[in-house]
Amino acid sequence: MTGGDLSLWQLASAYVFILILLIIVRVRKIRREKEILISSIRMTVQLMIVGYILSFIFNNDYPFFTVIILLFMLSFAVYNVYKRAGEPLSRELKKRIALSMGLGVILTLAYFILVTLSVSPWYNPRYVIPISGMIIGNTMTGVSLGVHTLLEGMRAKKAMVESALMLGATPNEASRPIINQAFDSAMLPTINSMVGMGIVFLPGMMTGQIIGGADPVMAIRYQIAVMLGITGGTSLTVILFVQIAYKAFFNSRSQLK
Amino acid sequence: MNQPLFQIRQLKYRHILFIDELAIPQRKITCIVGESGSGKTTLLRMLNHMISPDSGDIEISGRSVYDWDPIELRRNVVMLSQTPVMFPGTVRDNLIIGLRFAGRAPVTDARLEKMLKRVRLNKGLDAESASLSGGEKQRVSLARILLLDPPVLLLDEPTSALDEETTRFIMERLTGYARQEKKTVVMVTHSSAVVRDYAEYVIEIKSGHVVKEGERHDRR
Repeated sequence: MTGGDLSLWQLASAYVFILILLIIVRVRKIRREKEILISSIRMTVQLMIVGYILSFIFNNDYPFFTVIILLFMLSFAVYNVYKRAGEPLSRELKKRIALSMGLGVILTLAYFILVTLSVSPWYNPRYVIPISGMIIGNTMTGVSLGVHTLLEGMRAKKAMVESALMLGATPNEASRPIINQAFDSAMLPTINSMVGMGIVFLPGMMTGQIIGGADPVMAIRYQIAVMLGITGGTSLTVILFVQIAYKAFFNSRSQLK
Repeated sequence: MNQPLFQIRQLKYRHILFIDELAIPQRKITCIVGESGSGKTTLLRMLNHMISPDSGDIEISGRSVYDWDPIELRRNVVMLSQTPVMFPGTVRDNLIIGLRFAGRAPVTDARLEKMLKRVRLNKGLDAESASLSGGEKQRVSLARILLLDPPVLLLDEPTSALDEETTRFIMERLTGYARQEKKTVVMVTHSSAVVRDYAEYVIEIKSGHVVKEGERHDRR
């Protein structure tokens, strides 16, 4: 590769890795051929569609398109959190998940795009879409973990919550250890990823910019800003989430549902 | 009976409780007796407003349970659950946490130690709560609510994990305290000895219905 474009033939050559994987699983009789094929095809098709959509939007940058894409990503992330919970969630809890994610992501993005990156015009899809994608994706992982820990905690520590209520604790006070634990487990991956940054792995965005010919120092500045944005977005969303989500487990008479 | 503390009317809860009318006196030691599964604990939880009746009403000091702020009610009508619950940390943490839950300031170690003596628990305040036996945990939970010193105590089998001798010691101290401080105690118990020796008012429940209630004049 001499920099710049990657030809279709060059791209095709990368599928050799999938072929090797397929041969290995067949020889070892691990029944995963179907999943490997389907997921590589899905990855290819999904990314190609996204590529076309993005180039269409980049060529027609109207605020409307950017906002629609943003909302689509956000709804998909919320839906994913519901699905990843692995059990049916109450309506009440679903509403609170959607509310905290919507509010957390939009506030973070507004600050990050308008103040930190000073993107102009504010809806410039070349910046807004990839950055929103990263922030929303990480937020989704955080909230998923938070939901999981909260549900687990409310089940495992039900007697503790009850006994606190019996002594006159408010629902917030009674579920505080569970709330804190949920916050902790939701934030841990983001905090850990900051520690390994640059040493264990070079994050995708930066790598992409460098390959695309950007100055590494500038690419790293962007990456630092994005990491901070991700941390901010995840923590804001998770704080909002735990602060309102525990209420879904109590009724208006401060009784456990 | 002068003005009762709890007045229950036409109460129904699932297929567990059906009480047409029941009055529980104030400043007395009331024992609720009956077979397992008869609805005794459900009734206690109802008085502490951990659950609401499907229909009917409970008046507490002449005020409908629905007119009470549930948190304020539970700070006045404190309940001790049958299975003692320990929070992570030491015995001290477990005693203090009740005060925190009730929105009150912590107290000195001397006061905490006095409480432990009152429930005859020979453990240091720094002992890990996880290392306690069932009976010890039960006594820590009892000390925790005694520390709150509420006007009404609901106790669900407070001495079930204790031997006869310790039960007698704790009941003597508890009833003495209740009489002196004019507390209302409502206690679910399986022990006929506790009823015989300490109950001033007895309510018997069978399959969710009150089958007997009244004063015990033959108390020693």
